[in-house]
Amino acid sequence: MEGLTLSDAEQKYYSDLFSYCDIESTKKVAANGRVLELFRAAQLPNDVVLQIMELCGATRLGYFGRSQFYIALKLVAVAQSGFPLRVESINTVKDLPLPRFVASKNEQESRHAASYSSDSENQGSYSGVIPPPPGRGQVKKGSVSHDTVQPRTSADQQEPASPVVSPQQSPPTSPHTWRKHSRHPSGGNSERPLAGPGPFWSPFGEAQSGSSAGDAVWSGHSPPPPQETWVSFADTPPTSTLLTMHPASVQDQTTVRTVASATAANEIRRQSSSYDDPWKITDEQRQYYVNQFKTIQPDLNGFIPGSAAKEFFTKSKLPILELSHIWELSDFDKDGALTLDEFCAAFHLVVARKNGYDLPEKLPESLMPKLIDLEDSADVGDQPGEVGYSGSPAEAPPSKSPSMPSLNQTWPELNQSSEDTAIVHPVPIRMTPSKIHMQEMELKRTGSDHTNPTSPLLVKTSDLSEESKINSSVKFASGNTVDGYSSSDSFTSDPEQIGNNVTHQRSHSGTSPDNTAPPPPPPRPQPSHSRSSSLDMNRTFAVTTGQQQAGVVAHPPAVPPRPQPSQAPGPVVHRPVDADGLITHTSTSPQQIPEQPNFADFSQFEVFAASNVNEEQDDEAEKHPEVLPVEKASDPASSLRVAKTDSKIEEKTAASVPANVSKGTTPLAPPPKPVRRRLKSEDELRPEVDEHTQKTGVLAAVLASQPSIPRSVGKDKKAIQASIRRNKETNTVLARLNSELQQQLKDVLEERISLEVQLEQLRPFSHL
Amino acid sequence: MAVCVAVIAKENYPLYIRSIPTENELKFHYMVHTSLDVVDEKISAMGKALVDQRELYLGLLYPTEDYKVYPSHQSPCVESTFPNQLCRYGYVTNSKVKFVMVVDSSNTALRDNEIRSMFRKLHNSYTDVMCNPFYNPGDRIHSRAFDSMVTSMMIQVC
Repeated sequence: MEGLTLSDAEQKYYSDLFSYCDIESTKKVAANGRVLELFRAAQLPNDVVLQIMELCGATRLGYFGRSQFYIALKLVAVAQSGFPLRVESINTVKDLPLPRFVASKNEQESRHAASYSSDSENQGSYSGVIPPPPGRGQVKKGSVSHDTVQPRTSADQQEPASPVVSPQQSPPTSPHTWRKHSRHPSGGNSERPLAGPGPFWSPFGEAQSGSSAGDAVWSGHSPPPPQETWVSFADTPPTSTLLTMHPASVQDQTTVRTVASATAANEIRRQSSSYDDPWKITDEQRQYYVNQFKTIQPDLNGFIPGSAAKEFFTKSKLPILELSHIWELSDFDKDGALTLDEFCAAFHLVVARKNGYDLPEKLPESLMPKLIDLEDSADVGDQPGEVGYSGSPAEAPPSKSPSMPSLNQTWPELNQSSEDTAIVHPVPIRMTPSKIHMQEMELKRTGSDHTNPTSPLLVKTSDLSEESKINSSVKFASGNTVDGYSSSDSFTSDPEQIGNNVTHQRSHSGTSPDNTAPPPPPPRPQPSHSRSSSLDMNRTFAVTTGQQQAGVVAHPPAVPPRPQPSQAPGPVVHRPVDADGLITHTSTSPQQIPEQPNFADFSQFEVFAASNVNEEQDDEAEKHPEVLPVEKASDPASSLRVAKTDSKIEEKTAASVPANVSKGTTPLAPPPKPVRRRLKSEDELRPEVDEHTQKTGVLAAVLASQPSIPRSVGKDKKAIQASIRRNKETNTVLARLNSELQQQLKDVLEERISLEVQLEQLRPFSHL
Repeated sequence: MAVCVAVIAKENYPLYIRSIPTENELKFHYMVHTSLDVVDEKISAMGKALVDQRELYLGLLYPTEDYKVYPSHQSPCVESTFPNQLCRYGYVTNSKVKFVMVVDSSNTALRDNEIRSMFRKLHNSYTDVMCNPFYNPGDRIHSRAFDSMVTSMMIQVC
């Protein structure tokens, strides 16, 4: 940017304008806010304004520094004079009149004028400048008006309807209105400052020569207004003060005030300028609302209870009926509490209402996450009129586009956040996906989480039938999900809640069938795990050493049962003993003996089950169907054993191997399973172990037949289904066996009775 | 078609009464009032039983409800096929707030489920009104959302 030379008047004028726009005294003015309004008030076409902004370098910088601002003002003057906009024109065009900023908000001016005139103060100076419109003054009744008439009573509400309409006012519009905005912060407290700048601005507009006096006055006034209190509702009877007012009084008047005043001015301006969408909340407004929210509820993610909100909004002195309606609109999830977004929406509605906008029947789009018809067309009509500085709202929107999109964008984000916050309420939106998501999260987190061994595992199986396939598959897939569920408390918001729900469901469902249903197959171990575990297995069984999961697939068929025979006898030897023990209840009649092999098979299954535990692959699962059919031949048993060993190989649990090998009798080989599964397997194994102890080895067989939980979801599904099938088959087989045994027992008992009877009958003969 | 909807507070004063043929509001008010007795009777009869969703089926069919013209107690009126058969249904919440709905069953014999769903909607809307911190229990219900819901019920059902 080339150097800018300004005349003295220009210098003064510009500096005043800059001070005016530089609300926060940061020496750089953001592109939004007053600067834009100022430019709009220059009554230049929007593209010209954009061009100006570009030329002065503000777009490059993102803000208006003092130099940029001056250049921009100069360019405005250039443009208003009809000269083409060029960088060189800044200095070449001499004797430019001061840029004119005509606020088209004539009605606002008039209102202000009216209000001011109605005020005892400053009437003289003010009225002399701007002829107050007759009717408006009455409306004001001494209340400070914002951009739109601030009706204190419902009667005034009609006033805003015709705001923009009266452009009779001459030049000094925008400055005046701006001043008005800045005035608002002061609210009802100080009307004097409000009136003051007004006249000063008008001279600017008219004189175009920058009355120094006016400038001085204006500059003098610019700082104070922002510092004015927003208007504690409690303090100022006139409820005219803009929006933020009441909150200020409500909460911390002092601190809030300063914050509010700074933001309020911007908010006011912003609100007035949001002619595109009257219900759009500007950044400053939003910030202010957030601050107010914080005063009530420090946690931005928390809620404001209804009672607190009621107190807060009651201070706005709106009628209870309207507040009730505002609440209805803004409490989106109807929970009796306001989240941050809901609170902002409610606040915004209150502000709008105090500004005279009628409340919509439905929550406007920009105030809510969902899309709802912007019903208040009437209000829309009002606001554009009132808001537009330029006489034509159409003109304003384009120029506003640079800033509005950003605002628009903020809203969707806010909406989303409100959605998120809304979700915070235990309102699961989508159970399944989030469950899966949560499960996956848990998967990652519960790498080695063995918190709840039994219940989750048990729950898992029981949940299979209850939960959706997806969920269950996901559960199994994760393997750790169950544990994750148990530790779902660690999750936050959605996943947590949903997880909790799920967990609760799981736990509940799991508890009942707990001891009866076979525990879910332990999740398939990781390749690494399998590797480590299989090492032991390999060592023990010397079947296939390096074959991991990939090898597992090949294992089932190809694994040579070499190690099996060595081990098989062992477990078999043990097993029969156990089987006998198990069968002891049955008489030692020879009839029972033949069945022992069956039991032996079972026991063998048990052993294998204990050792295998973690059948990981589907292949294994497929093997199991073979295994499951509890044939009474030992061959099947051996084959089963083979299969089991194969699965064992894949097992990660090293302990299982030693357990299986060393103690075939330890029916329930708990260690192997846990080792492999880490998370769930152990847990599952333990309950499985218990079950084994409780029931006969049949259960072990059943368990053994269960495939390890595949890691992938798809595999899980199949595995689960396969395991279910297998379990069912096992169950039926066992049930049959049981019935047969019972029958045999009865028969035997009958025989015994008959024999005893015979004995009794024969006894007397013996004596003879 | 719901001809009249009334929300009665626990103390048996109306919180909300609205009827479609507005010119005969008084008659509807009277009907609602009389049905309150039946409601109370049923409540007491329930005893400790929980409040059902639609615990009352008043089923007071006024065969001749052309109240404008004929007194309903006249038997001859029964013969005349008067279109209006007003069924009154009641519903009580756990807090002893009663909803009374007068339904014109001339068009369609509304099934029980429909009545129940209407009461459910009423109850939900009423709950929303209650949740509003600016609503003082015992006040008349002025909620626009509630009004719109009732309007939809009155219009759609018929």
